Amino acid sequence: MKICNRVALLAAVSALAVGLPAAGQAQNITIAVGAQVTSLDPQYHALSPNYAVAEMLFGALTGFDANGRLQPGLAESWKPVAPDTWEFKLRPGVKFHNGNDFTAEDVAFSIARPPTVPNSPSSYAIYTRAVKGVEIVDPLTIRLKTDGPYPLLPTDLGQVAMLDKQTHEGATTEDFNSGKVAIGAGPFRFVSFRSGDRLELERNEDYWGPKPVWKHVSYRIITNNGARMAAMLAGDVDMIDQVPTNDIARLRRESRVKLSEKDGLRIIFLGTDQSRDGESPYLSDNDGKPLPRNPLRDLRVRQALNIAIDRPAIVQRVMEGSALPSAQFLPSGTFGYVPGLEPVRSDVNTAKKLLADAGYPNGFRITLAGPNDRYLNDARILQAVGQMWSRIGVQANVEAMPWTTFAARRTRQEFGAFLSGWGTASAEASSPLRSLTATPSREKGWGGSNGGRYSNPEADAKLEAALSELDDAKRETLLQDATRITMEDVGIMPIHIQKNVWAMKPNLVHDARADELTRAQDVRPAAK
Amino acid sequence: MALYLARRLLQAALVMLAMSLIVFVGVYAIGDPVEILISPDADQMERERAIKALGLDLPLWMQYLSFLGNALRGDLGRSFVFNEPALQLIMQRMPATLELALGATIMALIIGIPLGLYAGLKPKSPAAKTIMTGSILGFSLPTFWVGLMMIMVFAVQLGWLPSTGRGETVEVMGTRWSFLTWDGLRHLAMPALNLALFKISLVIRLTRAGVRETMLMDFVKFARAKGLTNQRVIFVHVFKNIMIPVVTVVGLELGSTIAFSVVTESVFAWPGMGKLIIDSINVLDRPVIVAYLMIIVMMFITINLLVDLSYSALDPRVRLENK
Repeated sequence: MKICNRVALLAAVSALAVGLPAAGQAQNITIAVGAQVTSLDPQYHALSPNYAVAEMLFGALTGFDANGRLQPGLAESWKPVAPDTWEFKLRPGVKFHNGNDFTAEDVAFSIARPPTVPNSPSSYAIYTRAVKGVEIVDPLTIRLKTDGPYPLLPTDLGQVAMLDKQTHEGATTEDFNSGKVAIGAGPFRFVSFRSGDRLELERNEDYWGPKPVWKHVSYRIITNNGARMAAMLAGDVDMIDQVPTNDIARLRRESRVKLSEKDGLRIIFLGTDQSRDGESPYLSDNDGKPLPRNPLRDLRVRQALNIAIDRPAIVQRVMEGSALPSAQFLPSGTFGYVPGLEPVRSDVNTAKKLLADAGYPNGFRITLAGPNDRYLNDARILQAVGQMWSRIGVQANVEAMPWTTFAARRTRQEFGAFLSGWGTASAEASSPLRSLTATPSREKGWGGSNGGRYSNPEADAKLEAALSELDDAKRETLLQDATRITMEDVGIMPIHIQKNVWAMKPNLVHDARADELTRAQDVRPAAK
Repeated sequence: MALYLARRLLQAALVMLAMSLIVFVGVYAIGDPVEILISPDADQMERERAIKALGLDLPLWMQYLSFLGNALRGDLGRSFVFNEPALQLIMQRMPATLELALGATIMALIIGIPLGLYAGLKPKSPAAKTIMTGSILGFSLPTFWVGLMMIMVFAVQLGWLPSTGRGETVEVMGTRWSFLTWDGLRHLAMPALNLALFKISLVIRLTRAGVRETMLMDFVKFARAKGLTNQRVIFVHVFKNIMIPVVTVVGLELGSTIAFSVVTESVFAWPGMGKLIIDSINVLDRPVIVAYLMIIVMMFITINLLVDLSYSALDPRVRLENK
């Protein structure tokens, strides 16, 4: 009898505990994200989680849809009125959370502020630097002058949150974090922020766009994968992002949870050392003696290494299906995607023949390095590639290390080949072309992340032309040409494009985004 | 006495100096924080600007000297990541860690002492043997695994307790505490128990050993001969004697719990100092790492000093000057 009572009590308690969160769910949502929001100042630290928060609280002149295509934001339209001048028409009737009107003065202020934010470890000034002059035509029209034609300005300004001049003049990053001036024109208003823990938001009833469905949003930061997953399974949160790949198969069978996914904008690729012509300490023959010439400068060797990689195997075994084999920077549907440029089929014999033609019939030894804490399954991808290369006789000495160590060594070209990743937030091929494969040049700001110091004048010329071409169609063709030239020359070896995966309660619908951002305005209750 | 204190303070300052130097050199050797913090879109010029803005363009010895100069004025630098004073960041997180550590310690005493007492009084009973075997598990099971198992059972399967995070807080004298609300206690229960497991085992073993030793002492026999009740013998005479080692060890343990509850805080997404330090190490946020370790060194030195002082107060044979 006693036992019966206890069982009944247990059942009642657990029913209560499970039942409680269901009440009032239609109005509130709790989202747990895996990356740290480091600041509420939308112009302090350029980092994806901070973008996501900025898009909930603030908003920018332009924005990106779920596929990464540019769309209007606080500006209704924009056009070049002269080769070096862009005109933006602002959305009328937009108010900040404190009731102030959004005008061209605010735009001028917001564009001038990023370079003045002190101690920024990653400044938004890279997105406003192109603006050389500002002319306010009327309260809802602003003209921005650039140094020569600069077609990327509307894209760049998609990253720059709009602030209220009256409120934010002289405001410090700390004022934003404390909530004192966390005031924007976004769909949600600030309620409270505890750094490293959670951000609480509520609906902005006067939002200019479609009214957000959630009255209250709790945006929790849970960086530990296991803890985030447990919070989802326990029903403590309604949605999580960055679902770990090895949980995906299990979650597909789970009735308490449903998944949303989208091909992302992050490419995982291999680069090769092109900086040395002769001997390299990171390459040797099979006996460990240095090679007189850098084999990686030979196109046939690069092709052989590229053909030796079995991409579908990596995607299925290592990534558990949550990636897409790729042969270029971006997934289809983005600006600059080259239709028909598909990954080559892995083929050991062809690869061996190419190596033999290049004069390395028995292969060689190479240091293959990469991070072990930055990209999904990065160290395991490295291992897989190392094994695939060994099948064609190239002995890879695989070194996986923390990103901090890796990044510094990559800058000093201390590898034969390396694994890295690139997220193109703007979904526009000029970003990877400029940073990853263009010939490094300090003046042009090119090749900032070109770890192998790859250089191809032909691709550079196409990129140069694209960067000053205001006609979108022509520019896209130029970017496609530059991409094709780079890939045919095996400037980098793309492996796959990551899929972004979210998990949520079955009664929710999510418009999954290519750019990895987790925003409350993309979730809504499923229609009953 | 004054001389003794002065000498101890000097020692403390030297330890902190050495520690800050080690952290500076260590972080410098690991890598470059700018590489992690900067947007990949940034070009060479922007990189150089960021390096300069964070003061990383200066030679290491100059960075260190300017840090020392500021530290003497009580400024331990600003976090690279959050752009807030490192000290303030740590102090904001401190209440969460303190309440977790104190919760765990109280649990250890409440659960550990009665069990240890029982095991000491009836060492041959099956229950006592079960307790002692259980305490071996408490010592040997890794914290993160137990934590994950607890989440799986109590949050995911049974749904009794919230899986992660800190609950509702109440503001008391400018700091936010969660143990004053029901929701806060529910959130605190699992992480505190997880952190307490090792300590419970420790307390059980200490108490049991103490009881077994004390029960054979002459004064216990005398008390019994005097006709005192069993309760009085155990809870007054024996209890007092076994508490000295237990309180000493638990007090010292409290220090390490506050400083190194990193694993539990990560598993339960508890927004305390431990999580802050691990996140900061991951992004090489040097000002926070240095400030955190300095605070911890300071705390340990203070605790040790208090322990030494209380010893000399309890036992006149201990002379501070001799140390």
